[in-house]
Amino acid sequence: MILKHKHLLGIEQLNPSEISTILETAESFLEVSRREVKKVPILRGKTIVNLFFEPSTRTRSSFELAAKRLSADILNFSRVSSSVVKGETLKDTVLNLEAMNIDALIVRHSASGAPHFISTFCRSHIINAGDGTHEHPTQALLDAFTIRQEKKRLRGLKVVIVGDIIHSRVARSNILLLRKMGAKVVCCGPPSLVPLEFRTYGVDINYNLDEALKGADVVMMLRIQLERQKKNFFPSLREYISLFALTPQRFSLAKKDAIIMHPGPINRCVELSAELADSARSVILKQVENGVAVRMAILYLLLGGKEREDTD
Amino acid sequence: MKILIKNGRVIDPLSGIDDTLDILIKDGQIVELKPKIDTSEARTIDASRLVVTPGLIDMHVHLREPGYEYKETIASGALAAARGGFTSIACMPNTLPVNDNRGITEFILGQAKKANLVNVFPIAAITKGLQGKELTDMADLQAAGAIAFSDDGRPVTSSLIMRRALEYTRMLESLIIDHCEEPELSADGVMNEGEWSLKFGLRGIPAAAEEIMVARDILLTKLTGSPLHLAHVSTRGSLELIRWAKANQLPVTAETTPHHLLLTDKMIANYDTNLKVNPPLRSEADRAALLQALQDGTIDAIATDHAPHAPDEKDVEFDQAPFGIIGLESALPVLLDRLVQKKIITLNRLVELLSTNPARILRLKNKGHLRVGADADLTLIQLQKKHTLDVSRFASRSRNCPFAGWSVKGMAVMTIVGGRIIYSTLPQ
Repeated sequence: MILKHKHLLGIEQLNPSEISTILETAESFLEVSRREVKKVPILRGKTIVNLFFEPSTRTRSSFELAAKRLSADILNFSRVSSSVVKGETLKDTVLNLEAMNIDALIVRHSASGAPHFISTFCRSHIINAGDGTHEHPTQALLDAFTIRQEKKRLRGLKVVIVGDIIHSRVARSNILLLRKMGAKVVCCGPPSLVPLEFRTYGVDINYNLDEALKGADVVMMLRIQLERQKKNFFPSLREYISLFALTPQRFSLAKKDAIIMHPGPINRCVELSAELADSARSVILKQVENGVAVRMAILYLLLGGKEREDTD
Repeated sequence: MKILIKNGRVIDPLSGIDDTLDILIKDGQIVELKPKIDTSEARTIDASRLVVTPGLIDMHVHLREPGYEYKETIASGALAAARGGFTSIACMPNTLPVNDNRGITEFILGQAKKANLVNVFPIAAITKGLQGKELTDMADLQAAGAIAFSDDGRPVTSSLIMRRALEYTRMLESLIIDHCEEPELSADGVMNEGEWSLKFGLRGIPAAAEEIMVARDILLTKLTGSPLHLAHVSTRGSLELIRWAKANQLPVTAETTPHHLLLTDKMIANYDTNLKVNPPLRSEADRAALLQALQDGTIDAIATDHAPHAPDEKDVEFDQAPFGIIGLESALPVLLDRLVQKKIITLNRLVELLSTNPARILRLKNKGHLRVGADADLTLIQLQKKHTLDVSRFASRSRNCPFAGWSVKGMAVMTIVGGRIIYSTLPQ
């Protein structure tokens, strides 16, 4: 391990210099994916399991490609075709996979803290690929990587995060990372989705999107799930769009060189107008490309190099 | 058989005794209580370095039998109680089947008699099947031995049903014990709602979910004039409502738990399912308010809400784990160590909270009191005994105890029920 942690459970556990190390390491991996032969032998002989209990396109594919481009063997596990549907517990599932001598588990689970729970009994490296409404550290790292690529820095930037903050693991990890790296964060959305307790993270809360957008360097839009409306978090999609959707007119309030980000999947014309999603200011597909490099960096930093004593 | 307990520091809050006295027990009763008793025919216990209190009463436990014997049985729960210094326990009706009829009440009493350890007082359901819709045959249940009524674990959501239950129990001179929770507001929450639920990404249960029902129940007590006991009170807001009720002379009493007094929501950081309880562990501000309420009398009793779950059930994701933790064998040590030794409350006050008041609330006339003629239920405590709480040695069938591994000072060393020594660590 080159990183002093055995697992990547969350941004919470990382300090600014570790975050910088990951981002700098990812720079060097970006080029690998652009080569004719997209493969380096760094993790040859390592076995990695993609343990996904929730549906995912981007994250699962991104980890799979990252592992393959580092020459690791990767096993894809999905909930529907597994014994989980027969009622096997998470602990038993993991212990059985581990009995096959694996090196790392990439965990996506609907329960917050599931990767932390696994780490209490598992010998392998655990990488959190999204746990419930808690954290999604690799997404925050790839977002930070993308922002640095565009803005050359993180410190001092104004980042506005808009939408369903309370249910978003992407928002939590991004807020933690951006605050650690000295960016200013403003959260915007209806109060039912953006509770005031978020101020304890050191972010500002503004329920008015126009005001929030003033002087923004980065606008991060979150997916709004239609089921939230059924639970009355907001009255109707129509009203949500009128108050919180990013339109070209609203976006003009941000800085001239501001960028638009979205962790995907997008609801076109809901949180983000199609025009903006496809515009030159949108870095949504760059986020996806960078995701592979960042995940290669994380796998390399956790599994590669000389083994050291576990420190956590 | 006579027992003479000599030279103990005898504490009886009801009669104001805190003195070195001898106690003579015969035929299950206290027959003498004075500075110096000499008799040659009694088994003599040297209590000169011990505290002697009226037997502790845990008015809120789950014994899981019938139906969930893999979690706990009446016998294992009764032994856990004895080892924790409790001489009486009142068990909640959420068994399988539910204790909503005479047959189950009698079965529980029969099992308790077979176990032949502590006194077990069944609490019967308020509504059939705990469904909150139809009242149980309360008079029949009371005649069979039900000491009080509760749908604990589930709220009685209908205010009308709660009103009728309160009215009816007034005739019986019995008691309603309510688990206060507004279920739509608590919904699928798993921990206290606030800063920490947000950080851990766990769904929150707001304090208001408890307080709305506490307020409703207090107003129904005002309407009906019937006594009401509030189970496991956990929030500052609930305490303010109880203060209002008491200031208005309403017959409302309240309990809290050792875990709500000693643990907070912030500790859930590592997703330890042994911190998952309902009501949830609250904020530090709530905890401080509970400690204050112990001192000022807003809280009348401490009960463990002993809720055993098998290790496999708790060894899962936080969201999946059942609510509840065990407390019978840890309560007295942690309360002595963290409240009495730290001078938050006096030892006398702790005895009030664990014995005098539960006996009064449950109308156990000959218990919770040391006087000639009272039941010979006594707990002998060694205050200076340092030890570590080792759950692997607990008598309970379950291990879901958040106090596991705590180093504490003070424990029960002998438990006497009906004049019989049922548990002792003292040399013979």
